[in-house]
Amino acid sequence: MTTLINYLLSGISLGSVYAIIALGYTMVYGIAKMLNFAHGDVIMVGAYICFFATSRYHLPPLLGVLGAMAVCTVLGILVERLAYKPLRSAPSLAVLITAIGVSYLLQNGAQLLWTPNPKVFSPIVGNGRVTLLDGQVSVSHVALVTIASCVVIMLGLTWFTSKTKMGKAMRACSEDKGAAQLMGINVNRTISVTFAIGSALAALAGVLLCSAYPTLVPTTGSMPGIKAFTAAVFGGIGSIPGAMLGGILLGVIEIFAKAYISTQLSDAVVFAVLIIVLLVKPTGLLGKQINEKV
Amino acid sequence: MKKVNKATRKNFLTYALVIAAYGVLQSMVSSGSISSAMKGMLVPICAYVVMAVSLNLTVGVLGELSLGHAGFMSVGAFTGVTAAMALKGIVASAPLRLLIGMVVGAGFAAIAGVLIGIPVMRLKGDYLAIVTLAFGEIIKSIVTNLYVGVDENGLHLSMLTNKLDLGEGGRMIINGPMGITTIEKISTFTAGFLLVMVTLIIVFNLVNSRSGRAIMAIRDNRIAAESVGINITRYRMTAFVISAALAGAAGTLFAMNFSTIIASKFDFNTSILVLVFVVLGGLGNMLGSIIAAAALTILPEALRGFADYRMLIYAVILIIVMLTTNNKAVGDLLQKLLPGKKEEEESHG
Repeated sequence: MTTLINYLLSGISLGSVYAIIALGYTMVYGIAKMLNFAHGDVIMVGAYICFFATSRYHLPPLLGVLGAMAVCTVLGILVERLAYKPLRSAPSLAVLITAIGVSYLLQNGAQLLWTPNPKVFSPIVGNGRVTLLDGQVSVSHVALVTIASCVVIMLGLTWFTSKTKMGKAMRACSEDKGAAQLMGINVNRTISVTFAIGSALAALAGVLLCSAYPTLVPTTGSMPGIKAFTAAVFGGIGSIPGAMLGGILLGVIEIFAKAYISTQLSDAVVFAVLIIVLLVKPTGLLGKQINEKV
Repeated sequence: MKKVNKATRKNFLTYALVIAAYGVLQSMVSSGSISSAMKGMLVPICAYVVMAVSLNLTVGVLGELSLGHAGFMSVGAFTGVTAAMALKGIVASAPLRLLIGMVVGAGFAAIAGVLIGIPVMRLKGDYLAIVTLAFGEIIKSIVTNLYVGVDENGLHLSMLTNKLDLGEGGRMIINGPMGITTIEKISTFTAGFLLVMVTLIIVFNLVNSRSGRAIMAIRDNRIAAESVGINITRYRMTAFVISAALAGAAGTLFAMNFSTIIASKFDFNTSILVLVFVVLGGLGNMLGSIIAAAALTILPEALRGFADYRMLIYAVILIIVMLTTNNKAVGDLLQKLLPGKKEEEESHG
């Protein structure tokens, strides 16, 4: 029973990281209808910035995280303006390939700037653990901070999209860009803000991910990026609660598959569950069923 | 002279160009006027060309984004090489063994295509794309944990751990994460060329047939196609499975060019690489796929002079090409800049 709780907690913690990354995918998809494959690499850039801020320049961890989020926000907006905005009316595959190009660019840029040698990331909140139930259940501080940030982000984003003007503009844009523009919404600015939020979240996710799994290389972001993308689809792409649910479920399934089925085949199990879910619910867990008009 | 329609002319042009390219390259190889690095890339180029053309059938002709094409290549590579290696003492002729390997590889990839196609073809758009990605990753995980050996009793299989109890004189073929380590390099440029030709014949004949028109009708408007009585699932499956089988043959060709091959070679990045060939070459344009696959396989090699910067330059070229071909403003800007540059050079000169 207690081992089960331990696995569940580490699953939720890993899932929280996926969920935070998946939010970036799902928000960008909802509004720009594009799969931003470079999102995983923004995670890596965020982790590197935080690594250098805390380990090289000995800044306090909080400043490191904020710095990483600031840099990634700027990076996200820059990438959107330079690479994606000119392709707003292009076919979606062209945008996809451009996103892949950006992903290569970030990975190889990081390799040149920071060398391919792995860096050992020190957790931002130390290596401490909290033990409960006479030491049978133990959770690392990192896991607690990860889960807490996930909850805060979820509440924050829900408030943001339902109550603020910008959030409402985002929802309007994802519903119908043309109509939103006619209502006086600045669509380009809204898309930029979406990229900014997504990239800032990716930076945070990168720091949290590397706090739990401390090896940092230029390709650190790709696999979590793919998993988070899967999580976003799992929950129903375009839906914010869906990304949350999908991310956490994916993390829990991954940890349980590792513990009870096989470590080597855990990825296969995760993807198999995804396929089964999509066969039963072809638009994801919380995705909207869109009826085709003839 | 009999009048031929535009599509047929273009197909013949493609055949002619491929044959001409083969002739030129082959004469360069025999006269020794080609660098050894280039020579080593001839077979991989052929394999990537087949991959690109076959993926173009799914993405360009059928109109569905597939992100797991490397999975079929992997199935083809491992089954094909296993067959060729198991037959080593039985079939003496190396080209014949390669052929059998390719046929087996294509066959298993087609079976994988059917198994994957059944669930995949129920989905649409991005959901279909993510499921192909998922299958690609599943195939990678499974092959990474697969152990296959051969002895006088035939083939032995086990998963996760090496539980093979091989008899005397038995050999390991697939050794889990180590992959296949003792491949006999029997792929040749000529075999690659022939596979490219066969692929083109299959794809062109399919596209210009009744089935091909049905497939394109489904791509252009699924509901309209359905309403005129086209069996959507059947035609989508046809295109998907043929595409998978060709990728399997390409996988065998590719693997038989190296002495070792591991499952993680055929990962998501390889699928994406092939997708880049298809999109850059133009959707539905087979000649474009061939040129893009060849050019982009050579490009990193050609950029070797830039050492560390080559992949960076590759990425920038990719982005710039996408921007110039898809955005009028950027395209015009570049047009303006390029003659301007020439003038500058002239004035300096």
